[in-house]
Amino acid sequence: MNGANGIVLADAITTTKPKALRDEAVRAAWKPALVRRKISGEAFKFLTFGATIASVLILGFLLWTVAGNGASWVTWDFLNNFPSRFAAKAGLKSALFGSAWLAAFTALFAIPTGVGAAVYLEEFAQDTKLRKIIDINISNLAGVPSIIYGMLGLAVFVRFLGFGRSVLAGALTMSILILPIIIVAAREALKAVPQSIRHAAYGLGATRWQTIRAHVLPAAMPGIMTGVILSMSRATGETAPLILIGALNFVAFTPEGPLDSFTVLPIQIFNWASRPQDDFHSLAAAGILVLLAVLIATNAIAIAIRYRYQGKIRW
Amino acid sequence: MAGFPLKQETHIAVAKAEEAVVKKLLFACAAFCIAITAGIVLVLLEETGQFFATVPVSEFLFGTTWTPLLDPRHFGVLPLVCGTLLISVGAGIVGIPAGLGAAIFLNDYAPEWFRNLVKPVLEILAGIPTVVYGYFAVETITPFMRSVIGEDVEVFNAASAAIVVGIMILPTIASLCDDALRAVPRSLRDGGYALGATKFEVSTQVAVPAALSGIIASFILGISRAFGETMAVTLAAGSTPRMGFNPFVSVQTLTAYIVQVSLGDTPAGTIEYKSIFAVGMLLFVTTLVFNLIAHYLVKKFRSVYE
Repeated sequence: MNGANGIVLADAITTTKPKALRDEAVRAAWKPALVRRKISGEAFKFLTFGATIASVLILGFLLWTVAGNGASWVTWDFLNNFPSRFAAKAGLKSALFGSAWLAAFTALFAIPTGVGAAVYLEEFAQDTKLRKIIDINISNLAGVPSIIYGMLGLAVFVRFLGFGRSVLAGALTMSILILPIIIVAAREALKAVPQSIRHAAYGLGATRWQTIRAHVLPAAMPGIMTGVILSMSRATGETAPLILIGALNFVAFTPEGPLDSFTVLPIQIFNWASRPQDDFHSLAAAGILVLLAVLIATNAIAIAIRYRYQGKIRW
Repeated sequence: MAGFPLKQETHIAVAKAEEAVVKKLLFACAAFCIAITAGIVLVLLEETGQFFATVPVSEFLFGTTWTPLLDPRHFGVLPLVCGTLLISVGAGIVGIPAGLGAAIFLNDYAPEWFRNLVKPVLEILAGIPTVVYGYFAVETITPFMRSVIGEDVEVFNAASAAIVVGIMILPTIASLCDDALRAVPRSLRDGGYALGATKFEVSTQVAVPAALSGIIASFILGISRAFGETMAVTLAAGSTPRMGFNPFVSVQTLTAYIVQVSLGDTPAGTIEYKSIFAVGMLLFVTTLVFNLIAHYLVKKFRSVYE
């Protein structure tokens, strides 16, 4: 007990009064302390509740601001026009096409490599030093700021390999960025497949690769797909690495091949948001609404896949 | 045997050969990750090495003037470090109490339905692209601060960037703290209740100390994320490298400088081009050290429950 109560308590205990009187003194000291403790408990509960509800409120406020500024600007023309110096005529067409091209090529590079690495790490690798190094590596890579990946892409893909400021260079860079995420998600999905499936296949004489290809991978596929889609949605929202690569700021054409230059949705939003005119800020808000719609759609697909297959698999 | 009329031995030999090839292929995929790290380190080292051939390391690390794009050129990186520190610490002030508080509430006080409602909200907050937060800072937070505090607050200022970055790291901190608190076994908490402690006391004097290593690690990881944050600070904090820690004026962070140079026309091989790699190296090493410290903390000091 603290403070004044402690003194009262000590007196109560060490005194030679009869037990009944001592117990009463203890109880008398304890009650006000308990009330104080409960009050501070309630205050703490209120504070932590405030912290929790603040995040919900902030999200709501953010969405409300963006929708308020931008909703009126989202028209079919907006989606179909190229960017322009005139806010009324500007649109997202080049950004939407660029994002789509980038996403397609990123998926092309990232999915096989990521799933392959996860399969190796989960199914083939022994618990050796090399595997530990790879594990530590992946978790460190997950924490590297995304702009550093942009610098890697700039030096290696744009300049050293000579791909220039193209969709190809951008896609390779983004694949490297999301690789750790895919690997972690795919490993979790593979871990969830029960060992009995593998053992049954081995028992029938299958090689390791045969069991993986025919039984483990198909069983883990929904989890892998969910992870892949979530990482793609992360790649769609990234801006900094692509600025480093040289995804251009003012693009009035759509890419026609992997070696064409391009722009993406977040960069177009950034471009509009950095301009001083209010009209362009509203355009940025409209662009944000489109971007959020795309992200919600992809995440919803991922969740739908997860729910649909969760019931189907019977172990 | 059904199917192709080959002997069983051939089937097995083919399967074994296939397995050997596939295993090598998949190993290449896994080893690619090491190649990525090696690539990052090599690229940064090479350009930084060339940079330090021209600019002495001491001027870079300890100089207080950063004008690499204008003559006379100075390459002292401390103003950028000041800007990054200002925003990261500010973000920590916003995100750490809120994140920890939310984690404690979700763990100890909230009913299950409330938890199931709020956790997705936190995930959504974490998934919003950073450009959106930058827009939010410029469009809403800065004007609000200017109307409340007055014209002392510049159009680009560190405080509004710090606030949004804090909101950005809040979900990370909250979910890591939540995991750490969840890992504390019920028996520890029940022991506290059995001794007559209130919920507040159990939460702050039993659960949080038990989960402390995970909680501190989450703070470090959050700050590390704030260090590497790019788009929100580029939009909201400005491009004026300056020493000092005034949150109401425009500053430039390490990341914002890199973006500024990339948006311009900087030919390869020039000193400006190399300077972004030097800054990038500083950023990479700092965040790597933070992340390693966080992982070490969790590994070494994690409370061992039965």
